[in-house]
Formats: sequence, structure tokens, C-alpha cells
Amino acid sequence: MQAPPPEHCPGVESEQAGLVSACAGCPNQSICSDPSKKLEDPGKALVAAAMKDVKHKLLILSGKGGVGKSTVTTLLTRYLARSYPDNNFGVLDIDICGPSQPRLLGALGENVHQSGSGWSPVGIDDNVCLMSIGFLLGSVDDAVIWRGPKKNGMIRQFLSEVDWGNLDLLLLDTPPGTSDEHLSVVSYLRDDNAPESLHAIIVTTPQEVALLDVRKEINFCKKQRIPILGVIENMSSFRCGHCGNSSEIFPAKTGGAAAMCIEMDVPLLGSLPLDPLVTRSCDAGEDITAMRNETTEALATICSKIMSSL
Amino acid sequence: MLDKVKNVIVVLSGKGGVGKSTVSTQLALALRATGHKVGLLDIDLCGPSVPYLLGLEGSDIYQCEDGWVPIYTDESKTLAVMSIGFLLKNRNDPVIWRGPKKTMMIRQFLTDVKWEDMDYLIIDTPPGTSDEHITVMECMREVPCNGAIIVTTPQGVALDDVRKEITFCKKTGIKLLGIVENMSGFVCPHCTECTNIFSSNGGAELARLAQVPHLGTLPIDPRVGVLSGSTASVLNELPDSSTAQIMRNIVQHLDALTAVPTPAQV
Repeated sequence: MQAPPPEHCPGVESEQAGLVSACAGCPNQSICSDPSKKLEDPGKALVAAAMKDVKHKLLILSGKGGVGKSTVTTLLTRYLARSYPDNNFGVLDIDICGPSQPRLLGALGENVHQSGSGWSPVGIDDNVCLMSIGFLLGSVDDAVIWRGPKKNGMIRQFLSEVDWGNLDLLLLDTPPGTSDEHLSVVSYLRDDNAPESLHAIIVTTPQEVALLDVRKEINFCKKQRIPILGVIENMSSFRCGHCGNSSEIFPAKTGGAAAMCIEMDVPLLGSLPLDPLVTRSCDAGEDITAMRNETTEALATICSKIMSSL
Repeated sequence: MLDKVKNVIVVLSGKGGVGKSTVSTQLALALRATGHKVGLLDIDLCGPSVPYLLGLEGSDIYQCEDGWVPIYTDESKTLAVMSIGFLLKNRNDPVIWRGPKKTMMIRQFLTDVKWEDMDYLIIDTPPGTSDEHITVMECMREVPCNGAIIVTTPQGVALDDVRKEITFCKKTGIKLLGIVENMSGFVCPHCTECTNIFSSNGGAELARLAQVPHLGTLPIDPRVGVLSGSTASVLNELPDSSTAQIMRNIVQHLDALTAVPTPAQV
């Protein structure tokens, strides 16, 4: 059994580790305070080497589950790939327990191949490739029942052993929360020499029970020093296909994403209305770039904002 | 651990945002409305929703000789609630913890909280099949756990994850009490046309495939959403709604299963 860290633990990565008063009596104090033992995770160098031709990395985050992180990742990828045909895009799904990208990008049942330079990601389009744990599972019913360290190892492999090649932008779809997956990916990808290579986009829905968790995620980004490109409000309104009137399915009793963005001092990139046609196409893994409606118009604006700020 | 708790029900879903917390709170309130003493434990450490949904944000946990005292929603002490939300100084503070720390916290919630005599303890979980879930399942070997209720929405992308959760339950040997399909249709307030925004019938199909009882299909009902932030049960506030009907069914189903005699209706 592991002893819990002292209440005011400065954190093992902190400069003060092992030195402040809270560390007195902690069984790990001698490890933390010894400067020669501060070894960097060897994985970090491997990741840096494997990702040297990946220009930008974009984390799609949200504290809350089911707000559309994966759907937004898919929609952005499809749109960016169509609008910028000369650029290359990659998608990495680090939701280990609930991978959704294979279905949303229409690649269910595909296999990952091993080559001399590592795992080859699955090609989705001429300029889009995808890697997800979904490709490594025998069946959709297979559960990945792993504790944190094993998930960490998998993410390290995805970052260091996948042959991403030359990419202009790698979009990383994440699970909800602020835990193992998030800490791992940030520790591997954050490059203090090039802080502009890693950005985050936050996805939310308008109701307070989602915003509550999303504020936590924004504070996570601030603590981890990840620049936030902005917030995307998903499922903001619903247009009835029968009478054409809009209504709020998830009422924004506290002002929705707009009010939260002002409160947390982050930009709002745009709002995506809920459209049953888009939902259905995503479930079937179809390309939505040929559609013309409010959702796709909003997406086009968001995409151009993203590309201009990278 | 949990010596005075008669029955334990875990609410699970592989997918996030499908309504685990809403179903957990409304189920706890429905059990209370039918005369049971109920506990509600929120083990979603990175995104606790129960304090907000019950309007208990800002409550403080006190310590007594036997451990932490859970928050009681009123004087009758028929609903006891515990969540990490009560231990955070600021509602916007993130809990940035890796697995081992989360495991310790959940063990503490089960062993160090003074859970009084109660008929049911409902455990609300985060999405996934990882540390939190493994820990709870390990602890459940030592206590009488009745089983799990799975919550899902009808669209394919949610069902994929929920199927994994069902496999998790089968592998860890927890009994599946049934599947609740949430958010299956939205009735337009302008023209009363019902649209199946996230397609339909996925939960019922899944229940059939997995050979698990289908406990009911909940529509998106904004009137139920309005109840969040209070301890009002749909059974009392909206007795004619389909949500109330389904909650009543689940309570009956649980009572029959657990052989807790249903007290006189309140």
C-alpha cells in the first residue's frame, strides 16, 4: 500500500520537492530532494524524436464527457483537410477506455500495420491519418480494463512508435477528466523550447452541469501552461425539422459558454447547433463536408480561426 | 466497510455525458420518496456533478470520531450524500490526480465515511473502465453489492463504449440489473413533434443483445432538467411524466430484487 502524499506536497516535479516543511516525514523525501535522481522520463526524448516532423499539436479537451469532443475533432479534421488540401493532418485518439474516432471517421474494422519505421496509422483521406486503440481491439465489445500506468505506456507508444511522417497539425482527442491520460500527454508533448507547438481547444455544452467540469479543465490548462485557442460550444440549439423553430435542449441557465469564456478569460471560437443529420452522418462515419447548413457554416468559421492562430 | 448498508447499486456507463449522475440522483430521490433511507456516493473525482444536481454546493464535510459525516439533504436524514465536490475549496479547482491517488480517495469514501443504517447506497461513477471502476469493483467483493445499472444514449458512438462497460461487468463478475436508455427523443415545445436527435431504440437493442433487462427509455424532458439544483423527486413534482413512471418501475424492480419490503407509499 502506498502512503498518501503530505497535504501540502509541492509536487515531485517542483523545484521545492523534498525541501519545504510539508516534506518533513514524507517517506519519499530523500528521493525528491536528491538532485542527481531527477531523471527525466526516457520516453520524452523518444517522443520528441518521433514527432520532429509534426509542426503543431492540438489537444481537444473538456472536463465533461459526451459533450462532443470526438465529434468536434472529426468535424474539424474533415473540414481542415478539405479546406487546406496541401497540408497534412493526423488524428490521435487517446481515449483508451472509450475510443470513438474509428467509428466517427469511418474506419471501423481497419487494421494497423507494422513497418520498419513503426506502426503505420490508418489512412482516412489523402491528407488525413488516424491512430486509435480501437484498431488494436479484436471486437467492439472488448473492454480495456487498465489502471493509469498501463494507459500511460500506451500513450507513450502512440506518440513515439507511430510513423506519423510529415504533419502540419496533429489533433489529439482526449477522454473526459484531468487525470492520467491528460498528464501523460502533456508531459510528453510540452516543449519548453517551443511552447507554441502545443495548443488546446475546449469543447462544452451550454448547461451548468457541463460548464462546472469545463472550468476545471480550463484551470488544468492554465496550471499546465497550455495556451487555449478557444472554446467551442456544442449542441447550442436545436432546430426542429418539423416546424423549423429553434429551441434549447440543454438550457444555458448560467449564460452558457459565452458567459463562462468572459469569466475565465478565454476566447469563444463559435457555437455549433445540434443537427440530427450531422449526428447521424457522424455515427455512420460519413464525410459531412458536402453538407450545407448552420452547423457546417459555423464550422468553416471556426476552422479559419484555428488556422490563422496557429 | 459499509456494515450498515443493506444494498449497494452501482450506476455505470462507458460513455460520458449520458446522464449517469442525473439518473443516480433521481433514482436516489425516487427511492427516498418511496420511504427508503438512501445514500449517494459520487466517485467521479475529476468531474463531480452530484453536489450541483442536488443544490448542495458549498456544504462542508465534518469529521466525527467514527469518520467523515456525509451531507444530509434535510432534517429527516433519509438521504446522505458524499462527493469530492464537498472537499474542494473552490468549485473551479481541478483535481489533477493520477490513478493511485484516486484509488486512495475512493477507498476512503467507502471505509472512512460514516454511512448510517440505510436501505440503498447508490454509487455514481465517472466514464470509462479504469482506476475508479477497478477500485470500486475490488471493494464490492467485501460488501453485498446487488449489481450495476447501465445508462446509455441511443446513438452508435455511445453504444460502442457501453458495450465495453458490459464486458467489464461480466469480467469483474458484477451482476447487470438492467439498461436505462436516456435522451431518446426530444419533444419540440413549438409543435410537439418528437425528434429522435440521437437516433432511437439503441438501448433497447443493446439490452436484447446483451440479454439484460431493459429498464426503460427516458426522453429529453426540460421539465426534469429544471429540477436540477434541488432535492425534488420527479415522483412528487412530475408524477405523470414518463420519467417518473420509469423511476417508479426501477424502484419496484430493485425492491423485488433486493427483497427490501417496500414501506407504505409516502
